[in-house]
Amino acid sequence: MTAPHAKSSAPVDDSTPAGSLRVEDLHKSFGELEVLKGVSLSANRGDVIAIIGGSGSGKSTLLRCINFLETPSSGRIIIGGEEVEMKADGSPANRRQLERIRTKLAMVFQSFNLWTHRTLLENVIEVPVHVLKVPKDKAIERARQLLERVGLANREDTYPAFMSGGQQQRAAIARALAVDPSVMLFDEPTSALDPELVGEVLNVMRDLAAEGRTMLVVTHEMNFAREVATHVVYLYEGRIEEQGPPAEVFGNPKSERLRQFLKTIN
Amino acid sequence: MMEAIRPFLVPHRIILFLIFVGIVIWAAVSLRWDWLPEYALLALEALWRTIWLLAASVVLGFLLAIPLGIAQAIGPWYLAWPAKVFCTIIRGTPLLLQIWLLYYGLGSLFPTIDGIRETWMWPYLRQAWPYAVLALTLSFAGYEGEIMRGAFSGVARGQLEAARSFGMPPFTMFRRIWLPQAIRNVLPTLGGETILQLKATPLVATITVVEIFAVSSRVRQDTFIVYEPLLLLALVYMMIAGVIAFAFRKFEQRIPSRVSRN
Ligand SMILES: Nc1ncnc2c1ncn2[C@@H]1O[C@H](COP(=O)(O)OP(=O)(O)OP(=O)(O)O)[C@@H](O)[C@H]1O
Ligand SMILES: [Mg+2]
Repeated sequence: MTAPHAKSSAPVDDSTPAGSLRVEDLHKSFGELEVLKGVSLSANRGDVIAIIGGSGSGKSTLLRCINFLETPSSGRIIIGGEEVEMKADGSPANRRQLERIRTKLAMVFQSFNLWTHRTLLENVIEVPVHVLKVPKDKAIERARQLLERVGLANREDTYPAFMSGGQQQRAAIARALAVDPSVMLFDEPTSALDPELVGEVLNVMRDLAAEGRTMLVVTHEMNFAREVATHVVYLYEGRIEEQGPPAEVFGNPKSERLRQFLKTIN
Repeated sequence: MMEAIRPFLVPHRIILFLIFVGIVIWAAVSLRWDWLPEYALLALEALWRTIWLLAASVVLGFLLAIPLGIAQAIGPWYLAWPAKVFCTIIRGTPLLLQIWLLYYGLGSLFPTIDGIRETWMWPYLRQAWPYAVLALTLSFAGYEGEIMRGAFSGVARGQLEAARSFGMPPFTMFRRIWLPQAIRNVLPTLGGETILQLKATPLVATITVVEIFAVSSRVRQDTFIVYEPLLLLALVYMMIAGVIAFAFRKFEQRIPSRVSRN
């Protein structure tokens, strides 16, 4: 939509284009419990990284650390070539920079988290109008296109409570798209849905992947990961146990733990 | 027209209505109302004062309750504690005591301040109604502050996380997401709280504010008529309470369903 916020802060690496993401040696502890024990990964523009792993392996924590919904204990996070400034304890050092970077990182939650006191259309224009200061009529026009794209064209005046989970999640995706994010983060976007509603959401996400969006997707949908991901990361107890292209990770898993995991999930 | 009155054409409603009409007729013919014309103007002025006191103290009190609630919900200890202490004291002491402390206590301190009689404040400080508004406002704020604390805490974490994850600055998040949802949480009880506040207003009659309750006392003192003014007074309070309940119900209906059904 707009040019990247150029020159506002020195890029770490000039060769890193917009839409890229790098995580270096990320650690996160909750008190005594170390949940992430040094995770590094990188995505180039258009990559779709599927993060899989058992319950409690730290998948959500990894995603939430990337946009600082959780404060990392240490590590580096570089988005579109710009490193998030961190204090020694891992907390964000520059609130304005973090807010600016967050507007490029859109998150889609397991429980949708649409704002319940606003209609669909209001949900979608909220951030463009009140954070990005896009003129309201422009934001509405774009929101209508996005709602149409996720198949909710005639529901714009509905409140979230009156919609199915699948519709809410598609609306949440429209809300995320409204900020024209350079990286999208999905935390188990279909886990809270009835089985018959999973497909409609995955279809929208397939569509986004085909469009060349950079996406990080925590998922239990192995078929989706196999078909759509460019790269699969298997997380085990806070470490990357195995990673690679989906064909390799699913077709020829090297780690015994991953083999076990794939067996239990199928 | 017929459509509108049909729900009322059921036996128990008709009987209730007839009883009501009977009481009104009985009250009109066998009770004394000859004092009414003489006091009508005073009563109207006083009624207006009651409504005005109520409206001002509810609005100001609620505005004060917002920071009291947020301070208790997420404030650092040096804000949370004073807010908590304030709410506890207000809720733990009789309103009559608060009114008298402000009027006779604070009100008698001001004249001892040098030069205060020359300031613009003096004409207000020597009247009773500012102390009445202040006491009623603080009282409402004390009760609502506690309720708002719960309302702020009751907003689902995910609602705020979604806002933060999109880079919404803290104040924008407060104004656009947190506060509206907290107010929506208290709306169902706010009407009742306002009616309670209405019924607390007669206490300010004790500090010489002439609101509607004070008029009934005046009539009794002047004419020794006791019941008729009190009956009329009860009717007036019930009508105001009815209007408040109706207004809040209408307002609430315009706000969409409270929480997700899922
Ligand atoms: N806020 C928190 N405070 C303390 N411990 C936490 C917190 N959030 C997560 N944890 C712990 O961190 C570990 C990893 O949690 P996380 O939510 O990242 O797992 P996950 O891989 O997303 O699991 P799931 O598939 O069940 O969502 C768990 O043991 C969890 O109990
Ligand atoms: Mg999780």
